[in-house]
Amino acid sequence: MHSIDTSQRFWLTRPFRERATQLFLGVLFAALLLVTVLHLAVPQGHPLHVTAYTVNLFGKYLSYALLAVSVDLVWGYLGILSLGHGAFFAIGGYAMGMYLMRQIGDRGTYGDPVLPDFMVFLNWDSLPWYWLGFDMAWFAFVMVLVAPGLLALVFGFLAFRSRVTGVYLSIITQALTFALMLAFFRNEMGFGGNNGLTDFRELLGFDLRTDTTRLGLFLATGVALALGYLLCRAIVTSKLGRVSVATRDAEARTRFLGYRVERFQLFVFVVSAMLAGLAGALYVPQVGIINPSEFSPIFSIEIVLWVALGGRATLYGAVIGALLVNYAKTVFTGVMPDAWLFALGAMFVLVTVFLPKGVAGLLAYRVKRKRNDPDDSAKPQEATV
Amino acid sequence: MRMLSRFLPGLLCLCLLFGLPQAVQAQEDPGQSLLEALDAPSYADKAEAIEAIIASGDERSRRWLETLLDGKLQRHKETEQFVVVLENRGRNWPVADALTFEEAGDMSRRELDRIGINNALRGQLQNALSLLDLYVDDADQRRESARNLLGNVDAPMVEPLTAVIENEENAEVRRLLSQALAIYRLEQGDVEAIADLEGSLNQRARSVLNSAARSDDPVLADAASAALAGIEQKLKLNQGLETLYFGLSLGSVLVLAAIGLAITFGVMGVINMAHGELIMLGAYTTWAMQQLLPGQPGLALILSIPAGFLVAALAGIAIERGVIQFLKGRPLETLLATFGVSLILQQLVRTVISPQNRTVVSPDWLSGSVMINEGLSLTLNRLYVLGFALLVFAGLMLVMRRTRLGLEVRAVTQNRAMARSMGIRATRVDIMTFALGSGVAGLAGVALSQLTNVGPNLGQNYIIDSFMVVVFGGVGNLWGTLVAGLSLGVINQVLEPWAGAVLAKIIVLVFIILFIQKRPRGLFPQKGRAAEG
Repeated sequence: MHSIDTSQRFWLTRPFRERATQLFLGVLFAALLLVTVLHLAVPQGHPLHVTAYTVNLFGKYLSYALLAVSVDLVWGYLGILSLGHGAFFAIGGYAMGMYLMRQIGDRGTYGDPVLPDFMVFLNWDSLPWYWLGFDMAWFAFVMVLVAPGLLALVFGFLAFRSRVTGVYLSIITQALTFALMLAFFRNEMGFGGNNGLTDFRELLGFDLRTDTTRLGLFLATGVALALGYLLCRAIVTSKLGRVSVATRDAEARTRFLGYRVERFQLFVFVVSAMLAGLAGALYVPQVGIINPSEFSPIFSIEIVLWVALGGRATLYGAVIGALLVNYAKTVFTGVMPDAWLFALGAMFVLVTVFLPKGVAGLLAYRVKRKRNDPDDSAKPQEATV
Repeated sequence: MRMLSRFLPGLLCLCLLFGLPQAVQAQEDPGQSLLEALDAPSYADKAEAIEAIIASGDERSRRWLETLLDGKLQRHKETEQFVVVLENRGRNWPVADALTFEEAGDMSRRELDRIGINNALRGQLQNALSLLDLYVDDADQRRESARNLLGNVDAPMVEPLTAVIENEENAEVRRLLSQALAIYRLEQGDVEAIADLEGSLNQRARSVLNSAARSDDPVLADAASAALAGIEQKLKLNQGLETLYFGLSLGSVLVLAAIGLAITFGVMGVINMAHGELIMLGAYTTWAMQQLLPGQPGLALILSIPAGFLVAALAGIAIERGVIQFLKGRPLETLLATFGVSLILQQLVRTVISPQNRTVVSPDWLSGSVMINEGLSLTLNRLYVLGFALLVFAGLMLVMRRTRLGLEVRAVTQNRAMARSMGIRATRVDIMTFALGSGVAGLAGVALSQLTNVGPNLGQNYIIDSFMVVVFGGVGNLWGTLVAGLSLGVINQVLEPWAGAVLAKIIVLVFIILFIQKRPRGLFPQKGRAAEG
């Protein structure tokens, strides 16, 4: 690993000096630019034209990529396989969805100026307390980070304090998201039950149905991904990150060296949950709906597959994995929907058995062979989880 | 008359021998005169004729009265033969002779005369029929008819009923009959009747007591309220028992689903996310077996117990050899890979069989219920599943504690290297253990096919619950799984009426999450060397 240069003043820009980060950010921004140009400058009907639908699709992929980065942060660098990150993603999404619901105002089917349609339908006469404040954008955007962060804080505090790790933690996180899914399916919860929140109109005054807003959301998601990546990179290259990796590889030993392991775990876990929440908040206005299916354990475990396929403990691998799997999903479900689950299942098996370091591992192997450089920074760390 | 009926078989032979016309034989039958009396012009005479039939003790009287009540006892206009109409649809009705009940071909409806009754007679007939049932030899049947009498007693029945109660030998029947009588007496304002109704769970008895408790007579009202309070308490106890039963039943399902996991996860340390799909395979084996043996659901079910075990065990071996053996020592990767296997298996069933649920028939001996008392009956299928779960558990305990395989499994899990150096073939033990755990999942599937729908998602619904049970009970401890499964089932059922099904489930999940914080190694943590692995 690169030696850490602490002379750099600002911690977030520190990772700029790494080759892998430079490369990743370069490729990401080039891609964003390319899509924008092909969408705006190339006339419609031209084979190179990127349609608004595709831009929207890419935006969705990018929010998934950010989610994958957040999972990679805890799985790759902390050794915690969270099977419940979909819950943080969904909570962030719901926070955004609640803001968007309030923005509809009296244009809903029932025309109630305050209550969303589903509450009118349930004969509620006032907003539940937890909906208050969501008409203000700043409050909603804060909650996008705070709500999942708080859940992760409470859950992580309880779990790490009692040293629940490994497989146990995975199963418990899965139970967490499962319980939340059941809860959100209930109408009495006040989150729209089965149907969730939908029918959004505008975000910060921009109409969500116009192509320009979609492009804007796509670019915003790209920027968020870049920032999230930088943040994670900054964390893992800091001293804190090195303790995390030490925890991953030998928890007891790190504890005996005098580190309060649970605090490091808790910090990284909460940051990761907030990033997942942010990804959810960017996802919801692009797909136009949030419902309890995002809490389903299968979705959470799928995220883990993205990371595993891309390559654990590299961060950029998670992005590659998320993009690849979701692109494959779009193609497969369009051409032959029945085959998708076969393909997904096979991917799980093949990746874990034959490709333990993922696509990033393959890339790093190539690069390393070409350069014959034994101390290559792009090489993923050994993950013995 | 009794003498005559003794000679009847002989007479019948004679008739056949001499080829006498049937009419002659019929006239010798005492039934003929009984029926003749029924065809009297006045309703008062008919009432007497009915009494006579009851008093005769003739075996056929029940059928006569029933057909009379339905208007199906008729008489041919010309031959004056009494017949029973079997089906009164169309122009020609198939009939049977009213004395021999032998089918007598079709008769035109114009040739037949119905033996008419009025409303008073109808009431008398109904009472007579219920009283008639109290004379049968089978005590169960008598109990059933006594139960039907509750709340249906009226004035003319009091006297015969009192006589019946005195002659009745069966205490249960006697109790029910006196309750039936007491309901009538209480309706008439008799305070002493309350004593007979104490502790009765019958709906009618309770409603009579309720109205008595509101009556103006203070003595009557107080006595009725006291009796009601006692009944209320008994009802609560019943409800508690019922909740416990449903809880144990749900718990037994959880135990069945989790016990295989307790072996693969608890003993071997392998996370098998495809465990639920192995359960599903067991359930589908039952379905397939019933397709192979149409019309014999019971035999098919019994055969699918070994078959389900075998199918799931083979699938388990395939998973172990194909995937898990390459991921030894990497539990999180095992989890992901087996999850992939579970997706493939689910989709395989959807593509090959059908995405829709399949129906598995329950054999007769599995449906129905055991009645404990009037407020509490236990459905048989759940009772069987509960017994089956305990049986499977006992069997597994036996295998793990008393057989060579169990010894080897415990040796390999405690110290693999040492076990190997003692000559145990660890790989073989791995395969056998995994096959055993998977086979038990198949057994769970066979049992579940009797309780829920058999569909591709069957396993998915149980996987999280099963893991919860194993973790809650303490990994590597079969007793822990049993206790955890049963208690989670009961907790769930206790919470359900208060919180609703979904919320109860959420509360249980949250409870387990919190419990794991307090005791990370479950209810019964492993101690000693095995715990360090």
